[in-house]
Amino acid sequence: MEKIEVKICAGTACFVMGAPQIQALEFSAPEDIADRIEIVEVRCMNHCNKGSGYNKGPFVEVNGELIEEATMEKVVAKIRELIAKEDEENC
Amino acid sequence: MLIPKNYANQMRTRILVKVVESFYKNRFETADEIPIDLRPKDYDSSRCCIYKDRAVLKYRLMAAMGFTPNEETNEAMSLREYGKEALKRQNHAKSCLSVIDIACSACVKSQYMVTDACRGCFARPCVMNCPKQAISFVNGRSHIDPDLCVSCGKCMEVCPYHAIVKLPVPCEEACPVSAIKKDENGVEHIDEEACISCGKCLQSCPFGAIVERSQLVDVLNLIHNSDKKVVAMLAPAIVGQFPFELNQVVGALKKLGFDDVVEVAAGADITSTNEAAEFVERMEAGAQFMTTSCCPAYYRATKVHVPEIQPFVSHTKTPMYYTAEMLKKEQPDCISVFVGPCLAKRNEAEYDPNVDYVLTFEEIGAMFVGAKVEIADCEPMEFAKVSSAQGRKYPLSGGVAGAVGHLVEGKVDYRPERIDGLTKENIKLLKKYATKGCEANMIEVMCCEGGCIAGPGCISLAKKATKQVESYVEKGQNQKDMK
Repeated sequence: MEKIEVKICAGTACFVMGAPQIQALEFSAPEDIADRIEIVEVRCMNHCNKGSGYNKGPFVEVNGELIEEATMEKVVAKIRELIAKEDEENC
Repeated sequence: MLIPKNYANQMRTRILVKVVESFYKNRFETADEIPIDLRPKDYDSSRCCIYKDRAVLKYRLMAAMGFTPNEETNEAMSLREYGKEALKRQNHAKSCLSVIDIACSACVKSQYMVTDACRGCFARPCVMNCPKQAISFVNGRSHIDPDLCVSCGKCMEVCPYHAIVKLPVPCEEACPVSAIKKDENGVEHIDEEACISCGKCLQSCPFGAIVERSQLVDVLNLIHNSDKKVVAMLAPAIVGQFPFELNQVVGALKKLGFDDVVEVAAGADITSTNEAAEFVERMEAGAQFMTTSCCPAYYRATKVHVPEIQPFVSHTKTPMYYTAEMLKKEQPDCISVFVGPCLAKRNEAEYDPNVDYVLTFEEIGAMFVGAKVEIADCEPMEFAKVSSAQGRKYPLSGGVAGAVGHLVEGKVDYRPERIDGLTKENIKLLKKYATKGCEANMIEVMCCEGGCIAGPGCISLAKKATKQVESYVEKGQNQKDMK
């Protein structure tokens, strides 16, 4: 099964605005999602230069879907949503 | 107790970023827009309504500009006016932690409570084990009489249904020295005399009601509006605070406008040398043990709360002290700014004439964001003075004692012990050591659990940062081999 890609922006702005808290997924992801995700730390994805900028950071992309003002809660919810969709398609 | 990041302390970072942004944009001309920016009309409120959110934000912004909320004399004074006032300020005010009274939720006094999970069982261990006969049965359910309860927690321990819970007051629970207490209205207040500035209350308050006066605006102002040279002294915990090479962070600080950047790990090497010599001397004189002294929160705690341990506390100065001393000898007219993970350092700096300002990593991070400095794009720059592996390890628990151990190896008997995190229990332990002695002869005390790397001014996850510090340590040379 293909893993869900969680791209965490680790540019300066996103990092200061809270990306480290989402990096905690590396050590302490909830059991149901731990094996289904691949965490990728990326340098600035340039979302901070558009729209309302870095104030909407930290930015995370889950399988390409953008999450603004990302928190652990939001990211985990998105991952679960995608897993549910995948599992449905597979049965 | 390790306090996880949460919305309350994440908001603190955003507030600092906004202050920096407003400084660069128009020197606080439009600062009154910030609370609205952070809590616009269509936003879900976190308190009763967005208007209260904004009112609390105003106080938090005041603190970020260097004022404490309880200094407020004129409620109508705007953030713009506070900003202008901050820019006129020549010397920063004394640092201190304080409570925003309107934000404090006045949590119920810490107590034990029986929940709906109580099944009114036949065994009733809660009743039988309560030493004060405070538990009776009302309507078929266990009931605690608050006047008799002494909060020992036995009932909670013995309940087979986990039906009894403790309702803590988070700030009071986090404070290792009971310096934060309720007034007659239930609102918390910090006793400045008793406070050791560790910042644990600030980290733990779920309502973001505790603030600290920042020196951010003062430093920004000096960098941009004075011809003085401003030099950053980077604490060794910096390694791992940003996901970039250390020399790029140095480059980024220069881009921000610091004229020079020096490494405090170099000062740590002097601390190690002096502390090792002091240790040998004390042991040869027959002393039972010695404790470290470089953690300013612990040092202050020994003065105010554990006086009996004072004879055992090392007299060696801290890495910040030696770094600042060297710096001021070379450049007497410069402004020295210590940048670290620690709030208690602000208190230490007040007694150190060579340290002019103290910023946290979080504040430096906010400066990068607000000034739009991307570290990845900065020119890497090296430190002039190279630090040793031991000096680099100071921010980890065991680092300071390890450095002393490295230097005294083979000279005297060395039995280290770590006190990793200053808690109420560990303060009791230290009192016991002072009066009854202990097995170890070198005790390292760090107020923050895990070491400085887990300090309240840090950005990174302690676990990740620790790894980065360890790899930086590996690249360093042993202090003994350096000359």
